[in-house]
Amino acid sequence: MLRGLGAVVVAASLCGPAAAAEPTGTLKKIKETATIVLGVRDSSVPFSYLGPNQQPVGYTIDICLQIADAIKRELGLKSLAVTMTSITPATRIPLMANGTVDLDCGSTTNNAERQRQVAFTNTHFLATSRILAKTAANVASLDDLKGKPVVSTAGTTNIRQLHEINAARSLGLRILAARDHGEAFLMLETDRAAAFVMDDILLSSLVATAKDPSAYALSEEALSMPEPYGIMFRRNDEPFKRVVDKATADLFGSPDIQAIYDRWFTQPIPPRGIVLNVPMAPALRRAFAHPTDSPDPASYFN
Amino acid sequence: MTYQWHWSVFLERSPEENGTYLDTLLLGLQTTLATAAAAWILALALGSLVGILGTLPSKSARVLTAAYVELFRNVPLLVQLFLWYFVLPEMLPFAVGSWLKQLPDASFVTAVIGIGFFMSARVAEGVRAGIEALPAGQRLAGAALGLTTAQVYRHVLLPQAFRLTLPPLTSELLNTIKNTSVALAIGLAEVMARARAMQEFSFQVFEAFTAATLIYLAINLVVTLLMRALERRVAMPGSGSGPP
Repeated sequence: MLRGLGAVVVAASLCGPAAAAEPTGTLKKIKETATIVLGVRDSSVPFSYLGPNQQPVGYTIDICLQIADAIKRELGLKSLAVTMTSITPATRIPLMANGTVDLDCGSTTNNAERQRQVAFTNTHFLATSRILAKTAANVASLDDLKGKPVVSTAGTTNIRQLHEINAARSLGLRILAARDHGEAFLMLETDRAAAFVMDDILLSSLVATAKDPSAYALSEEALSMPEPYGIMFRRNDEPFKRVVDKATADLFGSPDIQAIYDRWFTQPIPPRGIVLNVPMAPALRRAFAHPTDSPDPASYFN
Repeated sequence: MTYQWHWSVFLERSPEENGTYLDTLLLGLQTTLATAAAAWILALALGSLVGILGTLPSKSARVLTAAYVELFRNVPLLVQLFLWYFVLPEMLPFAVGSWLKQLPDASFVTAVIGIGFFMSARVAEGVRAGIEALPAGQRLAGAALGLTTAQVYRHVLLPQAFRLTLPPLTSELLNTIKNTSVALAIGLAEVMARARAMQEFSFQVFEAFTAATLIYLAINLVVTLLMRALERRVAMPGSGSGPP
């Protein structure tokens, strides 16, 4: 009893004023285990993927590591172990719900429907839906694809928009759903599909890693407003959300974010040293200046 | 668990089709049933043929059918579907390959062929085992009556062998239905693909997969009951496979 009390007193005196109240939810779990678990993806270049020696690397992971640092300071922990667990689109929700993963460090689109299930921190990237086709096919817009097979990835916001546009503009596209981005790209490569509609950044990275990058052309036509990507965590955990939101807001307000961004989007990235050459868009710059977790694409235009 | 259950999600509008998520799951059910039925017809026809050939006296027929069975049985179904879908068209002449790729229901046709061939190897083994399980005297007696080999099969061996094989064939039929879920890998919009898309859009993963589980369970229970009824109907008195 006395020893227990002593430990509490020592712990309290070690902690800063911020941690005076006993943490709850995810913060409590992190404090008790001195471990934070990041959910990482294996091929979401350049956000979260396996780099040299099968080590997870990427833009989102760099941001998550900064968040982990902020949590460590907030909780006054001497050391905080960062564990990385592989997740896929199908496993990220169950692993988050059952407490296996604390932060989803991938390329998850933040939308209103998903916010009923999970929470997102401040948007760290904006992606626009565009059309990728063979250069030889000379596709400038969806109108050039009337009646042709067009592939997108099942369960993405992109395939949803594609269905909507197809119906609204009566294009008669045959919309194919591929299981993942790699397979959708394979369908374009083997001419099963005349075009692949997806987030521009994912298309750029697929082209950059293709056998012959010059064989593919990305459309100028944008099929959507920029969709926010967010780092996701459990819902209804306000103290954790405050810490994560503050950490990202601080990071986005500092010059560090430009350096992290450039490292992954304008400089050679592992493992093969390709350069994606996607400079920071003005809308993203604005989102960094005014951090927000809004799922509404229109809000990123103001 | 910190999971937000929203069972009403099934009644919300799905972005994929003009309808609710429930409607898209039912569309998936149609695709699953159509794929399974077509693949099963193919598997049963091919498998019976190969199984019968495997019991003929001819040595070359036995070797060929054994090779067929081992080829289709020992390569994972997912790999076979990929080969049919992505590799085969590239090996054909360009015009034929392009025609194949542009077929409006390419993933359905490929799934039927891929699953049909895969399951035919297993059906063939069942049929062969059924024929070989019959006492050798049956074949000899048929021959002694002056029946040709074809007549022996048609009138003596097969009517008994298929009855014996019915329970394992039921299992293979159930496997065919379940194996259609692998075809989501080649873009077939069956139940599993619809459930996955639903959980991706809405993040209601447990609701989506619970629905898929119940759908598969329901189909397979119905199939099992029907097959049991068929088994009872065609059972041979005294063969041990029917009611006492």
